Amino acid sequence: MPAYPHIKNGLSTPLPWLLAVLVLAGLAALPVLVVAANLLAPSQGTWTHLAQTVLGDYVVNSLALMGGVGLGVTLGGVGTAWLVTMCRFPGSRPLEWALLLPMAMPAYVVAYAYTGFLDYSGPLQTGLRALFGWKSMRDYWFPDIRSLGGAITVMVMVLYPYVYMLARAAFLEQSVCVLEASRTLGRGPWRSFFGVALPLARASIIAGLALALMETLNDFGTVQFFAVDTFTTGIYRTWLGMGQPAVAAQLGAVLMMFVAVLIALERLSRGGAKSHHTTTRYRRLPRLALTGWRAALALAFCALPVVLGFAVPAAMLAVWTVEVGLAQSFGGDFLHLAGNSLILALAAGLAAVTVAVVLAYAQRLHPGPLVRLAVRVASLGYAVPGSVIAVGIMVPLIALDRQMAQTVERWTGASPGLLLTGTVFALVYAYMVRFLAVSAGSVEASLAKVTPSLEAAARTLGCGTVAALKRVHLPMIKGSLLSATLLVFVDVMKELPATLIMRPFNFDTLATRTFTFASDERLASAGAPALAIVLVGLIPVLLLSRAIAKSRPGESE
Amino acid sequence: MKSTTGLAMHGITHHFGALRVVDDVSLTISPGELVCLLGPSGCGKTTTLRIAAGLEAPDSGTVTLNGAVVSGGGVHLPPERRHVGFLFQDYALFPHLRVLGNVEFGVESLPAAERRARAMEMLEQVGMADYAKAWPHQLSGGQQQRVALARALAPNPALMLLDEPFSGLDKRLRDLVRDETLQVLKRNKVATLMVTHDPEEAMFMADRVAVMRQGRVVQFDRPEVLYNAPADPFVAAFFGEVNQWPAEARDGKVDTVLGIFTSPQDGDIEVLARPEALRLDQNGPICAQVLAARPLGPVSLLHLRLDGQDMRARLACRTLPQPGETVRLSVDPTQIFLYPRT
Repeated sequence: MPAYPHIKNGLSTPLPWLLAVLVLAGLAALPVLVVAANLLAPSQGTWTHLAQTVLGDYVVNSLALMGGVGLGVTLGGVGTAWLVTMCRFPGSRPLEWALLLPMAMPAYVVAYAYTGFLDYSGPLQTGLRALFGWKSMRDYWFPDIRSLGGAITVMVMVLYPYVYMLARAAFLEQSVCVLEASRTLGRGPWRSFFGVALPLARASIIAGLALALMETLNDFGTVQFFAVDTFTTGIYRTWLGMGQPAVAAQLGAVLMMFVAVLIALERLSRGGAKSHHTTTRYRRLPRLALTGWRAALALAFCALPVVLGFAVPAAMLAVWTVEVGLAQSFGGDFLHLAGNSLILALAAGLAAVTVAVVLAYAQRLHPGPLVRLAVRVASLGYAVPGSVIAVGIMVPLIALDRQMAQTVERWTGASPGLLLTGTVFALVYAYMVRFLAVSAGSVEASLAKVTPSLEAAARTLGCGTVAALKRVHLPMIKGSLLSATLLVFVDVMKELPATLIMRPFNFDTLATRTFTFASDERLASAGAPALAIVLVGLIPVLLLSRAIAKSRPGESE
Repeated sequence: MKSTTGLAMHGITHHFGALRVVDDVSLTISPGELVCLLGPSGCGKTTTLRIAAGLEAPDSGTVTLNGAVVSGGGVHLPPERRHVGFLFQDYALFPHLRVLGNVEFGVESLPAAERRARAMEMLEQVGMADYAKAWPHQLSGGQQQRVALARALAPNPALMLLDEPFSGLDKRLRDLVRDETLQVLKRNKVATLMVTHDPEEAMFMADRVAVMRQGRVVQFDRPEVLYNAPADPFVAAFFGEVNQWPAEARDGKVDTVLGIFTSPQDGDIEVLARPEALRLDQNGPICAQVLAARPLGPVSLLHLRLDGQDMRARLACRTLPQPGETVRLSVDPTQIFLYPRT
């Protein structure tokens, strides 16, 4: 029996915490609610026009993207996860962590890299022409990457790690419990895989798939560059190009319905069969040693995603950076851009972690249904595309700005202009909403280390709620706070759609500059800022890889 | 040392959801007195302790500490302002602080030198001064318990609350640590409320014991009174297995296989006999057949049959009787209890 099975803290002065939670959750939920409210808003002329013309394209393209990416990441992610956890072949150990590397690559960066790589003047076609003696484009056929198929390919290459990571964890957990039972009951490794391992890992696989599809819906850079019209490009165009915020919000609302369906499907698949492990015993996995052509095939299957999703695009970026010249690449305003990215990412990381701490701690002080709901709502942002959040923040912010400007003008006679819209503050707010779930997850998990009796000990020794947080909780979880900040930091560095819509005038980050260079067809110039983003993105991936390499239940090597 | 006037709880009732876990509990502890809350798991004893600490706000009733109401009547003083020491079942040492840091935790307000001196003094008292620089995870269970005790006592609390403080220790260590803890508590003359489910521990530690069942205090008295005059069959049975059978009293007497006893009232009654009530006695009035005999060390456990009724006896005997043998016994009437049947 746990020491205190029902720690109910109907305790001292919880009101400030309760208020803080409600205010923060309200702020986090506001953009989503604003956009959702547009579903009910009356249709305007532009909307009707859009609905008749491009809306159908958006829906078809989005569905095709989701279908293609979904199929690709499932096959790639599950296949590689199964091979590296259950088989032994040359390179299987290093591949186990190397398969995560493409996570460091934003999809749009890979899109730019491959466009350059596969271009008529790029290394591949030049090489082929030299090899076969072709003179011009008319001598051969070459696929065009700037297409729906190209977008699907690029996204599969960077998004499969979500499925890989969760499927791998699921396979590792179930290892001894049931697989050996299946084998002793006369099923071979393949039949055990399809009959036992796969159904047991289903919930994890679908969770990874849902994450990958949410990222697909969130993507803006790739589809914009490949001229595949989806909701995100539509929102960007109606907002910045046509100046139609209401229509952009309505597009956002439809996009959110896609997300809602995804979440619902994911919950549904989780609800039905809660798979509990029947034993907590772990033992060294009985790995199947592959030899000969089987080993070669497995190696090829697992190495391909790493080469295509990481090595080739990274090399392309490096080549561009050198081609342009190191002084040119990292001179000019590069440091200025990097500084902007750094400040934004750091501010957003600290904000997201601070809010996550307040939410998680208040939830412990106050484990009621109201707080739980508020925390849930506050974490919704991870599922909502950045462009939708941007619109959901800008619409009320502009209204608020107008109100303030009018008030100030009435009193002083001079208009102060827009105070909040187009400021770094608004941008950090958007990042906070989008990435709060990232920090909240790791803060909540680590706060579980602080047992109820540690908390009670601090209280009886004279600490109030704030003092206990400062003297016991925070010191105990500081490692996780750091890694949570880092995760948000990296996500913000890569973020594109919200940054493009919300950034202050003439304010550029590494991501927006990469986008602008690529849009201007100056791909080689985009190399340096893109490479910087990738290098920063590598940090959490390497940390994650190290954790994976170190900790394997039942295996110590 | 600060003078204390102890703890008084009056009419405390508390619910978890619809479940009433504490039901009209009242008790008092004088300064320097050690009171045990004794009962089976789920009887509400830990919740009562947490209400005393202020970790839980009671639904009704009042808690008075040092003459001031700290819970009840719209007042709820948070735990950090009650000046109580709490010793947790899992010790709850802060893993990010060294032993010294843990003990200094509650005396933050003192100047650094005084704080250090006070913490070292407490560590000295529990014999852990040599470990001041150690981390909690480097200590054994018994050492952690001692540090936790020093930490709880360092702020010189008005009231000490102990929640099953010895349950994590193995039996031999437990006896030692229990003895030391009792000495430290008595030396500091602090009013103490301790929760335990072990009757032996309660008898050993407590000046008075409150036996709880289903949220209620069934009996609150000195240990020897609880043992020699249990208020009901539950209290009697809590100190060990008993022989229990129904009988009928007439004219103030009840006739049983163990003899005739005076009954306070006529009608259906329940007879309880401790296994210690029976003694081997060659001239004893009772004849019993041995069904089985097991040595337990200092005493032996015998399964007996008397006049067709099975009974367990716990008695000292140099040679273990063999099954099938017949033994003669006498009865200690102070270990026989009669209760009206409900």
